Amino acid sequence: METKKTSLYQLHQDCNAKFVEFAGYRMPIQYSEGIVEEHKFTRNHSGIFDVSHMGQLFIYGGEDLIKDLEKIFPLDLKNLKLNHSKYSFLMDKDAGIHDDLIITKTNEGFLIILNAACKNNDFKILKEFLEDKYKMVLDENRSLIAIQGPKSSEILNDVINGVKDLNFMSGNWFTFENQKIYITRSGYTGEDGFEISIVNNFVDKLTRELINKGSKLIGLGARDTLRLEAGLCLYGHDLDKDKTPVEANLKWAISKERISKGDFIGSDIIIKQLNDGVSKIRVGIKPEGRIIAREKTKIFNQSDVHIGEITSGTFGPSVNGPVAMGYVENEFSKKNTKVFLEVRGKKHPASICSLPFYKKSYVKGVN
Amino acid sequence: MSEVKYSKEHEWIKLDGDVAIIGITKHATEMLGDIVFAELPEKGSSVEKDGTAGVVESTKAASDVYTPVSGEVVDTNQAIVDDPSKINQDPEDSAWFFKLKIKDPSEMDTLMNKEDYDKFAKETSA
Repeated sequence: METKKTSLYQLHQDCNAKFVEFAGYRMPIQYSEGIVEEHKFTRNHSGIFDVSHMGQLFIYGGEDLIKDLEKIFPLDLKNLKLNHSKYSFLMDKDAGIHDDLIITKTNEGFLIILNAACKNNDFKILKEFLEDKYKMVLDENRSLIAIQGPKSSEILNDVINGVKDLNFMSGNWFTFENQKIYITRSGYTGEDGFEISIVNNFVDKLTRELINKGSKLIGLGARDTLRLEAGLCLYGHDLDKDKTPVEANLKWAISKERISKGDFIGSDIIIKQLNDGVSKIRVGIKPEGRIIAREKTKIFNQSDVHIGEITSGTFGPSVNGPVAMGYVENEFSKKNTKVFLEVRGKKHPASICSLPFYKKSYVKGVN
Repeated sequence: MSEVKYSKEHEWIKLDGDVAIIGITKHATEMLGDIVFAELPEKGSSVEKDGTAGVVESTKAASDVYTPVSGEVVDTNQAIVDDPSKINQDPEDSAWFFKLKIKDPSEMDTLMNKEDYDKFAKETSA
């Protein structure tokens, strides 16, 4: 299959991007300043991320669609307000995770943002479940960019008036050059920020305007260090079909009201795990010293017994040290538990810690 | 002090009497990106030509550091362990990695001069 390029490809080249292949797309991993500077610039100012490789699935429908989607997602969708978003998962019957996603209620139905590597499979699964009853569009004509960091609200509001009044995890339609664009206040960095869905032909112009106002393009490399410091999961690493949302320590994202009734895909297992507990669970892991424990690093307890594995690990530029998360046997998941990480044949001390490594600063708002 | 020589694994080596100073090239740091971790061989240990003698990690990945010649480690640069970003800033001078008392000076002959290395680096990164 031919590698795809996003509509911002020329701009990435103009900004001296280094590219990598990711989920069938040629994506910028970093620009000339490098991952650490890009990471810090996002935390201190404002960074723009091209996430156009992600899926934007529009499903059109009303009351019936809400009922049918509730059979799939563990969410209280009938009480979800217009333009409000929720984090959720597409699970299999054993509560294994096909994908994690953000679902937003729009005036015509729902907009679901899917991971790039999963989007085509998700579309197939959802189409089957929904039995072709609703119009579903995995929109290739729209790009998706995120603008993240403390100055982002001011910068974006200068170009698109009114966005600063959005609350965290809510969105609305705005216009740019007479084009309808959908903006939500959300992101994947632990910073205040927005995600903007805009037709392909106008994304270059909008992004260049944001850069002119002081924001900068940030690559996937810094996106990874930012999300890991923020304790956020990456599908295919921290989440996959062999892990459930309860094991992933994401039960906060499952509606309590829906658990009481069950009747969504995977609900039997979810309810059982919530009642009986789980044998492994996702935790934050802080290595002592500077050693970096990457994905697949084995975790041992103090008696040298293998108790788990790292699923994401890197150097956190804002923490100024290594950060990791992984799955350990439940009895070793308590905060401050001492563990050992096997890196290049040697065991290095670390401890279980709470997430995030870097504290969030989301705008909750008053309205 | 002798001419600086280079290895295919992107190390540089400078001979001063029978002691060699070894580090990684600017080209290597540009390929690695921001270096955030460095591990050096132990003082007093022996290393064999082309064997592993340390590790550098960028935000993206870990890479082994090899020694271009054999010898005994007589000194290591703690400054780059304490602040690995120094390696990106000044890789071919103050951010050296380790010093070796070399075993066999003829091993130096197997290495590239600057002109050959620059050509090699350009070809392999294209």
